[in-house]
Amino acid sequence: MANSNQQDSKGLLGWIDARFPLSSTLKAHVTEYYAPKNFNFWYFFGALATLVLVIQILTGIFLTMNYKPEASLAFASVEYIMRDVSWGRLIRYMHSTGASMFFVVVYLHMFRGLMYGSYKAPRELIWLFGVGIFLVLMGEAFFGYLLPWGQMSYWGAQVIINLFTSIPFIGPDISLWLRGDYTVSDATLNRFFAFHVIALPLVLLGLVVAHLIALHEVGSNNPDGVEIKKHKDPKTHIPLDGIAFHPYYTVKDLMGVSVFLIVFSAIIFFAPEMGGYFLEANNFIPADPLKTPPHIAPVWYFTPYYSILRAVPPILNSQFPGVAAMGLSVVSFAFLPWLDRSPVKSIRYRGTLYKKWLAAFVVSFVILGYLGTEPSNVWGQFSPETLIVGGADRATVVARIFSLVYFSFFALMPWYTKKDKTKPVPERVTA
Amino acid sequence: MKTKFLFVLALLLPLTVIANEGVKLDHAPIDPNNQASLQRGAKVFVNYCLNCHSAAYMRYNRLQDIGLTDAQIKENLMFAGEKVGDTMTVAIQKADAKAWFGATPPDLSVEARARGADWLYSYLRGFYRDDTRPTGWNNVVYDKVAMPHVLWSLQGEQVLKVDEKTETHHLVLEKQGTMTPAEYDETIADLVNYLVFMAEPYKERDKHLGLLVLAFLGLLFVLTYYLKKEFWKDIH
Repeated sequence: MANSNQQDSKGLLGWIDARFPLSSTLKAHVTEYYAPKNFNFWYFFGALATLVLVIQILTGIFLTMNYKPEASLAFASVEYIMRDVSWGRLIRYMHSTGASMFFVVVYLHMFRGLMYGSYKAPRELIWLFGVGIFLVLMGEAFFGYLLPWGQMSYWGAQVIINLFTSIPFIGPDISLWLRGDYTVSDATLNRFFAFHVIALPLVLLGLVVAHLIALHEVGSNNPDGVEIKKHKDPKTHIPLDGIAFHPYYTVKDLMGVSVFLIVFSAIIFFAPEMGGYFLEANNFIPADPLKTPPHIAPVWYFTPYYSILRAVPPILNSQFPGVAAMGLSVVSFAFLPWLDRSPVKSIRYRGTLYKKWLAAFVVSFVILGYLGTEPSNVWGQFSPETLIVGGADRATVVARIFSLVYFSFFALMPWYTKKDKTKPVPERVTA
Repeated sequence: MKTKFLFVLALLLPLTVIANEGVKLDHAPIDPNNQASLQRGAKVFVNYCLNCHSAAYMRYNRLQDIGLTDAQIKENLMFAGEKVGDTMTVAIQKADAKAWFGATPPDLSVEARARGADWLYSYLRGFYRDDTRPTGWNNVVYDKVAMPHVLWSLQGEQVLKVDEKTETHHLVLEKQGTMTPAEYDETIADLVNYLVFMAEPYKERDKHLGLLVLAFLGLLFVLTYYLKKEFWKDIH
């Protein structure tokens, strides 16, 4: 391939190609990367996640120029950005809205993978890199949330770091090591800033590159879950159902990007707090180590896992089972390629059993997510006479039930995907 | 550490729950585009609030955004020889304030974003006489608040009447101040309007920009839609 490039290109491009694989790289990843022609709505979110990553990095650079990672100055420096830095208010909201929208597009991107079996062979590594991206993203969000140094920043970090304390034997030392102090303090803020602006972004970029390289090696999946590489044009060796990423998907993604930016801008300009879901009211009170807010809730994208944490009852006076369950609820996604034993990839050719389980999983995720934003007494208590659950918080009981459904989706997957009836998969993609 | 933290949490939880329970907030009748109201609110703020409470992130000349000139700001709203580009600080020392009131008066720059307009509107109209409190004042929205009723000369004195039958309570104006209840409510609405403006001065200005951005993106969508259609003509 490199040889043919050297013959093709002349002038400056030829000079570069003789020294660096510019043309061949562009061909392999853009102009001659053949993607299935039947991508639907759900295939916008990978490109959109990349867009949000770029937005976060660019706005992050400008925020870093004006933000002060110091406990006595942090809160004021954010208000300085909001008031005195040119365009500061909009840059800050792009970043805060970007954080939430990152999770919106990543969750939709992951759901696409669940629907069309994009994690199945030969795409296990793409999926694993993706889970890695998801984990790092959660770390990014968590570390970044401390930086405004408001009450929710402070107490959210306090609660999450304290979770590590419940790990048997080494827990207290781990949380002390993470915090760098006996309480969340300036030392914690400084190291969280370092993690947020350099350590995790580097890992994130590396994983994104690995995610894309793995994707371009095996080729994209599609809503039919058929391999387009099986049917190639005998002369050109181009997949019959494949179209060049550029220009076909670049123009299509451009359209998706403009719709996304409409939503994104509407939030930034007209509802940056999103009713308290993107920016919490309590975070406009400066961090006060002596005043615990009555209700500490994480930002919406963490609430399903937070609900699971709260739902698991302590065993032998230890919170560790809840913490372990929360960790497992996030990591479970990584096991999907080996849990799914269905012979077909796409939901289009699976039976009703998988569809029902996926629907149950989505419902659990949403309900757990909602409950995680509310105090556990939000729905009141069952009357004391009720069988078994008498006197218990209704919301806690509901969260327990849906936590079970959440984990059953993963744990029972080997069973129900094998038992499920499948429909015949077509040889070529459908329209 | 964890046990201490949980202990503190357990200690504080019942108190705050009680403090927040059963208070129905009144809707604040504010209009961010009413400059006269914002100017009146600014006047009340600098005269009554900006003695104990600072607004350390707010610059005086930001008041240009509510239709005032630098000269007007200097003449009417600045009393201690500050420069017009200075922020709204106060001379009171935090330690002194703590000793005098039992709590440090919070900075009010972004208070409206933390509390919400309705809370402020109800709180500032919710003071009543309570001889059991060190200041002689209590508040229906914020029980056992450290702040005395600074605007009492305007509103007058309210007392809390408890209805034994329905187990509800309501405020009764016992001694009217220099304002009628309607005038006082209007003054508080102006003040809350100003506090909301001060919490995010560029909010309204940016909304106009937002409309332009959305119009541009709408146009961009139409263009990219037809661009995609044109490119995809031969894909079947």
